[in-house]
Amino acid sequence: MRIRAQMAMVMNLDKCIGCHTCSVTCKQTWTNREGTEYVWFNNVETKPGIGYPKFYEDQERWKGGWKLDRKGRLVLRSGSRLRRLGNLFVNPDLPSIDDYYEPATFDKDILVSAPGGLTDTPVKRPHSRLTGEPMAITWGANWEDSLGGPTAQDDPNLAKMGETVKFEFEKTFLFHLPRICEHCLNPACVSACPSGAMYKRDEDGIVLVDQDRCRGWRMCVSACPYKKVYVNHATGKAEKCTLCFPRIEAGQPTICSETCVGRLRYLGLMWYDEDAVLAAASVEDDAALLDAQRSVFLDPNDPAVQQAARDAGMPEDWITAAAASPVWKLIGEYRIALPLHPEYRTLPMVWYVPPLSPVLDAAGAAGRDDTDADDIFHTISDLRIPVEYLASIFTAGDTGAAAGVLMKLAGMRSYMRARTLDGTVAQEILDRIGMSAEQVEAMYRLLAIAKYAERYVIPVAHQRQAAELDSQLTDCALDCAGGPGMGLTITPVARS
Amino acid sequence: MNTLIWVVLPYACLAVFVAGHVWRWRHDQFGWTTHTSQLLESRLLRLGSPLFHLGAFGVIGGHAMGLLVPASVTSALGIPEHLYHAVAVWGGTVTGLVLVAGLILLIARRLVNGRIRRVTTRMDKVLYAGLTAMVLLGMTATVAKNLLGDGYDYRETIAVWFRGVFWFQPHTELMTGAPLVYQLHAIGGFLFLALWPFTRLVHVWSAPLAYLWRPYVVYRARRGPVPPPAPAPAEVRDAARPSPSRP
Repeated sequence: MRIRAQMAMVMNLDKCIGCHTCSVTCKQTWTNREGTEYVWFNNVETKPGIGYPKFYEDQERWKGGWKLDRKGRLVLRSGSRLRRLGNLFVNPDLPSIDDYYEPATFDKDILVSAPGGLTDTPVKRPHSRLTGEPMAITWGANWEDSLGGPTAQDDPNLAKMGETVKFEFEKTFLFHLPRICEHCLNPACVSACPSGAMYKRDEDGIVLVDQDRCRGWRMCVSACPYKKVYVNHATGKAEKCTLCFPRIEAGQPTICSETCVGRLRYLGLMWYDEDAVLAAASVEDDAALLDAQRSVFLDPNDPAVQQAARDAGMPEDWITAAAASPVWKLIGEYRIALPLHPEYRTLPMVWYVPPLSPVLDAAGAAGRDDTDADDIFHTISDLRIPVEYLASIFTAGDTGAAAGVLMKLAGMRSYMRARTLDGTVAQEILDRIGMSAEQVEAMYRLLAIAKYAERYVIPVAHQRQAAELDSQLTDCALDCAGGPGMGLTITPVARS
Repeated sequence: MNTLIWVVLPYACLAVFVAGHVWRWRHDQFGWTTHTSQLLESRLLRLGSPLFHLGAFGVIGGHAMGLLVPASVTSALGIPEHLYHAVAVWGGTVTGLVLVAGLILLIARRLVNGRIRRVTTRMDKVLYAGLTAMVLLGMTATVAKNLLGDGYDYRETIAVWFRGVFWFQPHTELMTGAPLVYQLHAIGGFLFLALWPFTRLVHVWSAPLAYLWRPYVVYRARRGPVPPPAPAPAEVRDAARPSPSRP
């Protein structure tokens, strides 16, 4: 066993209202630069929908992630190492910028510089950020917001379901899906990078691109099944979500989490066994991948695991933080968080509490009482559409696993309603979802009250190697040409 | 004058080639990239880039064969002169045409597509102009002199001078008798080498062959110091508030 730490995130989708504050603050922090106009390290898309970039979930087309070859060995879907080297001159699986969208700006200057005495009001027109020419805006990172437009029915997840289901589905529900880099345990982007410029950080598993070593071979972009590595077309290098590592190192949550209006994001450590990763990613049955990945995680409250972490040189405050990790509670203890598309076999580390609202909407639409536990349980087991759709996103099609999580969420609602209204403890609900009263109430507190200090349990970074202290950098690591610091020198204000 | 062109110029260009690369490697790792523009345009690139690169491999291989392998070696191996000539001329013509086709597509792509035109730097333009000049001179030498004309045996003159440059015994008299197009191509070749380290061509030296035997997932520890722990925003806010307990 080789124990490793991973900084991971869970998002509670029932609380996402699709306000895009995460996307906007992320963009302001990281990608408001030339060359990254089209890049959203954090985007929020509406499901059902084709997503950003278009159809990114269609791996037949983009060849992202891993698959098992005929002998059952784990290989990148884009083929062998030799094939990737053969495709260095032109990558056949690379999305074009039109699959994201053509970024635009407006000539707002015309509003103040237009000559007086005109009979017409001056109008600002959109101009392409790529060519500078006037353009019509026909697509964007969130063009399908709240089922706007005709594309929802083309969702690759719906393609696996029947035609009749599609129509019924759209009538029934939608939900928002915020997405960042998954910081996978078995990252396809890192594995596809020919120059070895991409790496998983030793201490917290954050996946980064070394801007000095990236040579622009762009294999990471196509290999990532979530399409969360981007080409900066001004610098010719790959860029991606950094999990705001400068904030994480200082013990602060990522900017998307910090500014989340719905308070739906959770950040914390996970212990995992690096030696078990390959086997977990290689299990034959797609539907078994969820449990395989769960089995890679190590219980941070187990004294044997804590001792192993100590032996591996983990600092004591990290061991304490891992034991209090909300991410572990949601993934490992309550088991209500699920990974995004486990069938890509990258073992993603941003998990989701699936939304119960589609089921509640479906229950209402079917004339059932969406406050009654029995009615909701029946809706979950009877109405295949919402559960089947959620299963195709979060459990590789295993409807049983998805339904089990929804049952827990519905059970928690009903239990807490009874508890709050008349003080009764609904034991039959607890039996049904297999949780104790203490667990359900703690889960309720974490999900519904969601205090800042309980959502984010982030230990500060430590210097493991004292020798490196000698070669301390004196300037900001992000302060390079083309970087977010953009080479600006900020003179500190003198304090009195 | 002959010494200037056939001795000083080659050494100056080689010095710039070496020193330029050292300087660029040490000071511009961030700029050391293929500078891919496939994101912006891939239709013409899909054909043009493989043609250009494969053509370039063939042309570089052909130059190595013609310039670095002495005629005495091929004759010692029992390769008759006419066979060598046929392979060199036809191989050179075919790979040259592949290179030309790729180059035309890549240049057309930069001219026609507004997105690509915007990201084309001044150095890119210099590079494309240099490449075009070199390819035109080279093709003229191969096609006009050797394929259609009566031929010119560069192996006894240019190749000997070229190798001499590296033994520090450049025989300028071997070059003065060469046809003008060959002379220009040779001068252009050295100037092109001097240009190389300052263009995106540096990506050639980063051909990622080590990828074939590297482990898939790379782990790396953080470099540099740890930032001081920052207080949570709520703590900052609360610290700024006047404490109600104080008088």
